[in-house]
Amino acid sequence: MELGRVTGTVVATTIYEGLEGARLLIVQPLDRTLKPRGRPVVAADGVAMAAPGDLVAVVASREASLALPPPPGPVDHAIVGIVDAVEEWSR
Amino acid sequence: MKIGRVAGTIVSTICVPVFENRKLLLVDLLDTDGKATGTDLIAVDVVGAGAGETVLVLDEGNGARQVLEAPDAPVRAVVVGVIDELMIGE
Repeated sequence: MELGRVTGTVVATTIYEGLEGARLLIVQPLDRTLKPRGRPVVAADGVAMAAPGDLVAVVASREASLALPPPPGPVDHAIVGIVDAVEEWSR
Repeated sequence: MKIGRVAGTIVSTICVPVFENRKLLLVDLLDTDGKATGTDLIAVDVVGAGAGETVLVLDEGNGARQVLEAPDAPVRAVVVGVIDELMIGE
């Protein structure tokens, strides 16, 4: 899993069955210093509450589809938590 | 599995059920020389790893769900060990 920042929303009326009703958000993956890492991805919202601006935890690959109600749908990134705080320990 | 160093924790109130009452760690991934590779990940802690400790990270969903005994959970990375010592070569 990794950190990300929600930067936008995606609206798709015509969509594969199983994804109807899923909230799709644009998420910029971040490293732990909150610097962008790589390109933005479209992620399904597994907590149904994430909004643009939120810092989130994102799970990728097959596990993403498990964040939505069953059966598993065609999803490769999903938001699994809204991050309230990142507490870094100094070395 | 991967080798990492615990760099911090994540606090998340609104999250998927499998994360509730569990510690989420921020882990810097290391190479075998113990140097940071520049990538990091979020992993669920099941061994009680602490700040700065070198840890063993499982980054694979099937194993992670088995460790957490959560067959349908959207989880992929779990800290499964605290490394005391790494010996490379002779």
